[in-house]
Amino acid sequence: MCSAISALNGASYSGAVDVAETGLRGMITLRGDFASKDFAAAVWQVLGAALPAQRKTVTGKAGRVVWMSPDELLAVVEYGAAPKLAADLRTALAGQHHLAEVVSDARAVFSLTGAGWREVLAKGAPVDLAAQAFGPDDMRRSRLGQVAVAFWMVDDQCCELVCFRSVAAFVFDWLKTAAAPKTLPGYFQ
Amino acid sequence: MSTRLKTGGQLIDRSEKRAFTFNGERLWGYAGDTLASALLANRKVMVGRSFKYHRPRGIVAAGPEEPNALMNLGEGGRFEPNQRATTTELVTQMTVASQNHWPSLNFDIGAINARFARFMPAGFYYKTFMFPRFAWKHLFEPFIRRAAGLGRAPVERDADRYEYFYAHTDVLVIGAGVAGLAAARVAAEAGLRVLILEQNPHAGGRALVDGAPINGQPAAAWIAAETKALAAMPNVTLRLRTMGAGVYDHGYVLGYERVGDHLAPSAERPRHRLWRIRAGQIVTATGAIERPLSFAGNDVPGVMLAGAVRDYASLYGVSCGDRTVVVTNNDDAYRTALEMLDVGLSVPVVLDARPEGGGALADEARARGIRVENGKAVARVIGGKRVRGVDICDQAGEGAVLETIACDCVAMSGGWSPVVHLWSHCGGKLTWDAENAMFSPDPSRPPLGADGTGMVIAAGAAAGALAQDHALMQAHEAGRQAVAALGQSPGKATAPSSDAVAIRPILPVWTMPQGADKTKMAKAFLDYQNDVKVSDVRLAAREGYESVEHTKRYTTLGMATDQGKLSNINGLAILAEQLAAPIPAVGTTTFRPPYHPISMGAIAGEARGDLFKLLRRTPMHDWHDANGVDWEPVADWRRPYTYLRGGESKQDAVRREILNTRGGVGMLDASTLGKIVVKGPDAGKFLDLIYTNMMSSLKVGRCRYGLMCNENGFLIDDGVVARIGEDEFLCHTTSGGSDRIHAHMEEWLQTEWWDLQAYTINLTEQFAQIAVVGPKARKLLEKLGGMDVSAETLPFMGFADGVLAGIPVRAYRISFSGELSYEIAVPAGRGLELWEKIHAAGQEFGIMPYGTEALHVMRAEKGFIMIGDESDGTVIPQDLALDWAVSKKKADFLGKRGQMRSHMVDPMRKQLVGLETLDPQVVLPDCAHAIEGKTPDGRDALIGHVTSTYYSPTLERSIAMAIIKGGANRMGEVLNFPIGGGKVVQAKVVNPVFLDPEGARQNV
Repeated sequence: MCSAISALNGASYSGAVDVAETGLRGMITLRGDFASKDFAAAVWQVLGAALPAQRKTVTGKAGRVVWMSPDELLAVVEYGAAPKLAADLRTALAGQHHLAEVVSDARAVFSLTGAGWREVLAKGAPVDLAAQAFGPDDMRRSRLGQVAVAFWMVDDQCCELVCFRSVAAFVFDWLKTAAAPKTLPGYFQ
Repeated sequence: MSTRLKTGGQLIDRSEKRAFTFNGERLWGYAGDTLASALLANRKVMVGRSFKYHRPRGIVAAGPEEPNALMNLGEGGRFEPNQRATTTELVTQMTVASQNHWPSLNFDIGAINARFARFMPAGFYYKTFMFPRFAWKHLFEPFIRRAAGLGRAPVERDADRYEYFYAHTDVLVIGAGVAGLAAARVAAEAGLRVLILEQNPHAGGRALVDGAPINGQPAAAWIAAETKALAAMPNVTLRLRTMGAGVYDHGYVLGYERVGDHLAPSAERPRHRLWRIRAGQIVTATGAIERPLSFAGNDVPGVMLAGAVRDYASLYGVSCGDRTVVVTNNDDAYRTALEMLDVGLSVPVVLDARPEGGGALADEARARGIRVENGKAVARVIGGKRVRGVDICDQAGEGAVLETIACDCVAMSGGWSPVVHLWSHCGGKLTWDAENAMFSPDPSRPPLGADGTGMVIAAGAAAGALAQDHALMQAHEAGRQAVAALGQSPGKATAPSSDAVAIRPILPVWTMPQGADKTKMAKAFLDYQNDVKVSDVRLAAREGYESVEHTKRYTTLGMATDQGKLSNINGLAILAEQLAAPIPAVGTTTFRPPYHPISMGAIAGEARGDLFKLLRRTPMHDWHDANGVDWEPVADWRRPYTYLRGGESKQDAVRREILNTRGGVGMLDASTLGKIVVKGPDAGKFLDLIYTNMMSSLKVGRCRYGLMCNENGFLIDDGVVARIGEDEFLCHTTSGGSDRIHAHMEEWLQTEWWDLQAYTINLTEQFAQIAVVGPKARKLLEKLGGMDVSAETLPFMGFADGVLAGIPVRAYRISFSGELSYEIAVPAGRGLELWEKIHAAGQEFGIMPYGTEALHVMRAEKGFIMIGDESDGTVIPQDLALDWAVSKKKADFLGKRGQMRSHMVDPMRKQLVGLETLDPQVVLPDCAHAIEGKTPDGRDALIGHVTSTYYSPTLERSIAMAIIKGGANRMGEVLNFPIGGGKVVQAKVVNPVFLDPEGARQNV
């Protein structure tokens, strides 16, 4: 029985969009050589996903695989599954230079639900969030105001965002402010 | 007097009256009024006093170039000074007060300054207040500060909220006049994303008043249709009330949206929104600003820009006077004369400085019976608080009065200057257009973007195409150019067309009349807001100021809040005249953003209150909060300084926590410590380079304390490294150092040592870390159960993975207190759970949580250094007697070379010592300096300072550490520390390890 709690224990807010801390989410940071066939094979074998292209995510059998840098991936999986998947990755990558660590507890995940999520994010992230520039499977590592975040589009009505656990309350306050009713500029129509 | 006309006013809605107060008087205007038009409608022509001479000043302009009509606006948390009446929309119940006068606008004591105007010339402050030196600070400055200043500074906290918005677009069009609309249309038709910013609440710009038919439609109808059509396109956004404030590198533009200023105050809606825009191409369709003419008395209330006079009539249905004398050097001002006739007012005369007079518009004026005098000028304006008339003279002469004409308004036009500000902000160059007497953007020298090609295109009047037909064609072409620059095809649509008007060229008139003497030019104002006159610029030139930038600062020309929108060109033309240099050789001053002042709130955005600065919280943050915590900021974290019980003081709490830990068991939230995993075949090699000591020799399952230095050899961080596996290490950093050190490692790996096979991940936040410290720590952990924590299985400086109280953990036997100590890492999501379990199980052992101050005292008792206390960026490990942690065997490591420099091996460097005050109850102040001998100039010579100082409850005496010149060889010496007030604390140099030097307590 696991009694871990997420940073904000599922706090939520309803404004111009719905903001919710999604609760526990499994995450694995995986570093390795993307050019290696063995690396891609291990990711495919354990996570059931192809390698995502730059600034993209791929949905695999185990969850979403997010490009984080030219040699870093973030696998977003079930919370309980993360330690086993990380161990499986280490096994599959034995013999080649890599690093796989569970980082589920190091982060908080928020969902922004509602058509206005692009505008809420654009109040703090210097990213082109127009539909033609940021679509399904797109991700960005950026910032929200003063805080480092990464986010990816789930669908037209939803986006997910991760930040470090220690700033979860700050980011939640920020999102509540940005998503206050009647404050969206109406730029992305 | 000015008043509201019976009819007319394109922008006002006469069905909606809006009440407001001005200096306590209740007035009203209409919806659609600006504050300026409402004031004029209420016969308020004089609206302020000038800055230096306190001369009565009236509204001059109808737009952002207005120099005089600055108001204190609002009350309480919504009070704001220096708000421009011409750009402020009238809101019901607005509270307005004029500025810069005492006791009242009508009777102002400061006006006495004007009597002494001839004693306050250019550079007055520099000249007058040089001597005696003390007088500036004690006499002149306080007096000037009281007399100067425009509005009052707000006292209350701003009641509104603000925000940013990041927008990306292909083409950004700044200005929605006819040129902006024409350019935007081309880009929109090409399928590009187009964002149009318009500072006014309406599109159309000057064409609403001056526009000739476009494509056969009346201008206003064309504007309305075009605006609607553009707004309906999915790829086009038009933002009204949004000013393009600044253009920066790489197509970055700041837009200033006034979201709520025209609405009733709201706590919810942001008042201003700062748009941070990235644009592929920027089209500046920012129009042009009319220039004043420099004649004596051109600042008397009622003397206005000709364009503004007809704007007030046409847009707001406001008359600026019954009898308007028009004085001009160009054709455009005739529009004002015609407009006055159209609304049923009188124009006694048009004074056209050009001997040959004007073109088609002049003919029309004459045909409608207006008296037009060519080659004539204003010799002086008669009147003080209000225009009563003008003396007429020949422009060619010195000002001998030919005739005096009664009037209550003077409409002046010295020609138009393209608004080149946004073009120029990022380096766009200008050329002098002699034919039109103006500076225009030079299309061959635009501001360059990241790829070295132009990123800004000027359009319409802002490009120098002042006539509407030219402006439309030019702007259409600008749109095509923007489309082409983005690699798209501009399509085949043709430019909107408009009939040409036959125009006679402008005559540059920089002083009026041209031969006006010194007395007249001392009353001819260039910069209304800073009271700079033609005579001041001439004087500056005579005194040797040749550079326009120097002249600006010497005379303060263009340095007021209007940034010289009216005065710059006139001022530099006079400087050029005086220097006998061509105008382009003198050049302009630098145009800097913002174009027009923007609110401080918009700049701050959402970053205020709780969002001002990010705050990092550990998983146990709320527990601390509920248990008497007294917080201490540590980097972006909050850490418990101590936990207060009952009514005890912080000092008592710290003492209790220390004694309880040393005598029983304490617990500390150590989650903020940095935890960076390093893994790979070269991990050991990498850490040998990063740390000063050897890490590759560490055995798996063991820990080692390590130091990190920068290339210069200076200490930057420290912490315990644990070897997790053959090719895997976990590096602990200081709380403030985790991000910095992780970046440091990655930088070396990515830029210098890219051949090393080592990966890092910052795991700081994955784990909560709890230190269980004290002689009873082991017993407590054994009670929790789940893993063997005995000295045999888990010895000092070892670690083990296991389970405690049913929770998977990694327990490190490391100690920063000198006691038996376990640091227990647990996934952050279960940190609070483990914390509470330890706390509950520890009750029978008397466990207490302790904070950072107890931690600091205990480490100081042990002589352990603290990064940031004992180190300050100039300290090397050897200074701190940490030579043992600097490898002599390693071929290289960061800092090795630096530490070999002669100064670094100097035995007289400042070195760490312990200090015991001779009076054990006296605690040295932090940073107290030790003195010894005298400097060559007779002052006390400083030999070092206190780095850590505490009262040790364990030792029942004061202890301190210091870095002292040659300290290593001063053991037993008594040093003197003056602490102010003539007091000196004496302290003996001792070994910095005060407690348990052999380390028996921790190694059990």
